[in-house]
Amino acid sequence: MSTHSRTGKIQWTRKHLIGINDLSREEIEFILDTAQGFEEFSTRSIKKAPPLRGKVVVNMFFEDSTRTRNSFTLAASRLSADVIEFTEKSSSVSKGETLIDTARNLEAMGVDIVVIRHSAGGAPKLLTRCIHACVVNAGDGYHEHPTQALLDVYTIRQVRGPLDGLRIGIVGDIAHSRVARSDIYAMTKLGAEVTLVGPPTLMPARVQELPVKVSHRLDDVIEKLDVINMLRIQFERLGGNPFPSVREYSRFFGLTVDRMKRAKPNMLVMHPGPMNRGVEIESEVADGPNSVILRQVSNGLAVRMAVLFLVNQAATQETKEK
Amino acid sequence: MKNESQRILIKGGRLIDPKNSIDRVADILLADEQVVRIGSKLTEPADRVMDAAGKIVAPGLIDLHVHFREPGDEEEETIASGSAAAVAGGFTSVVCMPNTTPPVDEATSVEYVHRMGRQARKTFVYVMGAITKERAGKELSEMGLMTQAGAIGFTDDGSGVQDTGVMLRAMKYASIFGRVVAQHCEDRSLGKNGVMNAGYNATVLGLPGMDPLAEELMLWRDIQLVKKTGVRYHAQHISTAGSVNIIRQAKVEGLPVTCEVTPHHLLLTEEAIVDYDTNYKVNPPLRTKKDIESLMQAIADGIIDALATDHAPHLRSEKELEFLTAPCGIAGIECALSLYRKALIDTGVCDWSRMLAMLTFKPAAVLNVAKGSLAVGDRADVVVIDPDAQWTVDAEKFYSKGRNCPYHGWQVKGKVLYTLVAGEVRFEEKE
Repeated sequence: MSTHSRTGKIQWTRKHLIGINDLSREEIEFILDTAQGFEEFSTRSIKKAPPLRGKVVVNMFFEDSTRTRNSFTLAASRLSADVIEFTEKSSSVSKGETLIDTARNLEAMGVDIVVIRHSAGGAPKLLTRCIHACVVNAGDGYHEHPTQALLDVYTIRQVRGPLDGLRIGIVGDIAHSRVARSDIYAMTKLGAEVTLVGPPTLMPARVQELPVKVSHRLDDVIEKLDVINMLRIQFERLGGNPFPSVREYSRFFGLTVDRMKRAKPNMLVMHPGPMNRGVEIESEVADGPNSVILRQVSNGLAVRMAVLFLVNQAATQETKEK
Repeated sequence: MKNESQRILIKGGRLIDPKNSIDRVADILLADEQVVRIGSKLTEPADRVMDAAGKIVAPGLIDLHVHFREPGDEEEETIASGSAAAVAGGFTSVVCMPNTTPPVDEATSVEYVHRMGRQARKTFVYVMGAITKERAGKELSEMGLMTQAGAIGFTDDGSGVQDTGVMLRAMKYASIFGRVVAQHCEDRSLGKNGVMNAGYNATVLGLPGMDPLAEELMLWRDIQLVKKTGVRYHAQHISTAGSVNIIRQAKVEGLPVTCEVTPHHLLLTEEAIVDYDTNYKVNPPLRTKKDIESLMQAIADGIIDALATDHAPHLRSEKELEFLTAPCGIAGIECALSLYRKALIDTGVCDWSRMLAMLTFKPAAVLNVAKGSLAVGDRADVVVIDPDAQWTVDAEKFYSKGRNCPYHGWQVKGKVLYTLVAGEVRFEEKE
C-alpha cells in the first residue's frame, strides 16, 4: 500500500503490480508522472540508464504476445537489467510442472522481477503468494492488463490533458477483455466517464454494477465520445458464437469512416492491438488523423520502465527495512 | 455374527431423538448393537459408563454426500482415512459418491467400496452407483445389479445427466428397484467453463461464471420427470434461491422430492473469492447472501431434508494451481457439525432438535433405511456432543487427508466427544 509522506507526495510501496483495481488515483498518477520522466529516453542517443543494473527480470509468457513482451524486454534493458525470456505456450500444467514450481525454479536463479502473462486469471496473484520476487502482471486471462491501461490513460493525458469529465467509449468484447477491466478502473479513477459498447452476448455478468454506462448500439453514443477504444475481437477466446458473423458485427460495432463522420472531430481513436482491420476498425480510421494507436505503443515503453523502476524500488526499500 | 459388544451406559445426557420427538435428560443403555433401555437413573450393570451431563446424546449423524476417492485417487483420500474423519465428525453413516476412478458404475465397484468400509471399521459406508456408464450421461448403468450389490441410490454426481431423454429413461428404469435417484443439477450448456458463481466478483476477477440458472433449469426439468415417472428424487447440494423455490413448489404438490444443503452454501459467499483462493472453489459454486437467506428460510420452514457435507478432499498440490485449473471441492466433514451449529443455531434459524433431524432420521428417510433414531430396539449408532465446547479448526490435524478447508483457523462451538457405531465406540475425543 502506498502512503502519503509528510510532504504530501505519495510514497510508492508496492512491490507487485497485479491490477489497477488495487490502486488509488494518486498511485496511478504517480506511475504516470514517473513514466513522464522516462519518456524523453527514446530520443536520447544512448538509451540506457542504470537503476536496474545487476537485477534480473524474467519475462514469463504463457500466452502469445509480441507487443507487450517486446515492450517489457526493452523497458527492462533500458534500465540496465538482465532479461530472461521464458516462453511456454501450452499451460505449464500439461508439461507436468505447476506454475508455482516453474516460478520457484526461476527464482532460484536469482530473479528479482517476474513479468507474467498467463491465460488464467489470478495466476500473477498466485505467484505473489509463493515467491519473493516482484510480480508484474502483463495480462492474466480476462482479469487485468494493468500496464496496457496505464499506457492508455497516459496517452489520453498526453494528448488531452487531465481525464476528468472526458467521455470514453470502450467498444467490443468486454466479457473476455482484461484490457477493458483495467481501463475501466484506470479511467474512472482518473475522473472519466466510461461507456461500454457491445452486444449483450459480449458483456460480463452484472456489468451494470461496474462504475460504467452500458450501451448496445455504437450509433447511440458515438457523437458524445471524446475518446474511443476499440477492442480486438478475440476469436480465440470466444465460445459458441456470440454474434452471427463478422460482417454483422462490423456493421453495428465497427469503427468505420462513415461512423467517424458523426463523431466529434477531435475524438481520439485507440486500440490495444493487434488490430483486425476491417472487423472492429477500418484501415482508414486506424491510420487516420484521430488515431493515436502507434503513440500508445511508444508510451507503453515509458510506462513499463516506470513500473519496473517502482516495484524494484519498493522491493529494495522493503529489504533495507528488514 | 454379533460382536462381543460391551454394555455401555450413557448417563445424564440431554437425549435428543428428533424422530421420536424426544428432547429430555435421560440415561441410555446400549448392548448387542442396540438400544436396550432408556430411562432416568438407570442402574443396570455396564462395562462402561459415560457421564454425559451437560452433553447432547443423539442418533449418529448421517451424511448423504461424501467423496472418499476410492477406488483410484487414494492419494487424496481413502475409505479408511475418510471413515476416520467421518466418525471424528460424529457421522455413523456416510454415502460415498460414485465419481471415482474408475467410477462406481457396476456391482463389483459397489462391493469394493463396501468391503473397504467394513475393513476401516469406523463409520458405516454406503455408496451410490452411477446413473450412466462411466458417468458419461449416455447409456444406463446396471442399476439392477448394483442394487443387488447394495448400492443405496444412483447419481452421476460431479456432473448432472445432461440429456433429458437419458434422464427420463434412467428414472423410469430405476423405479423398478426402489432406490432414490439423486442429481447434481448443472446444465452444462450454460457456462460450461465456469469456475465460480456468475456474479459481480466473477466479472471483476475475470473468471468464467456459472449461472444459477444452470442449476435451477436442470432441477426444474427433473421435477417434471418425477411427475411423469413417480420415482423418488433427491436434489444434491442445492445452492440458489431459485432452487429453493422449485423444491418448495414440488413439495407443495406432494411429489417424492427431497434435497440437501452443504455447510459452505450456508456460510460462505462468492465474495470469499477476492484473492483467487482455490479453497473456495467448489461446485456448485459459492453464491450470494440472498441465496443463503433463502436456504436459511427453507430450513426454518422445514423444506430442506438433509444437511450433507459434500466432503471433497484434494491434494495441496492440486489446490495450489491457478483458480481456473484447480479442482473443485472442500474437505470439512470433521468440523461440519460445528459449522451447522454456527450457521443455524447461533443465528436462531432452528434449534438442536430441528437441526439434528436433518442429520439423522430425515437423511435416513431419503435413503429409505431404518436409521437415525434412538428408540429401544434401534441400532446403537450414537453421537455424544458437547454443544458449547469451543475449539479452533485445524486442517493440519484432520484424520482426512484433505487439507483444502476454508474454515481452517475458524473459532467454532460444538464438539463431538464420542461416536458409537452399532454399540461400539469408534471415536473418542482425547483432550
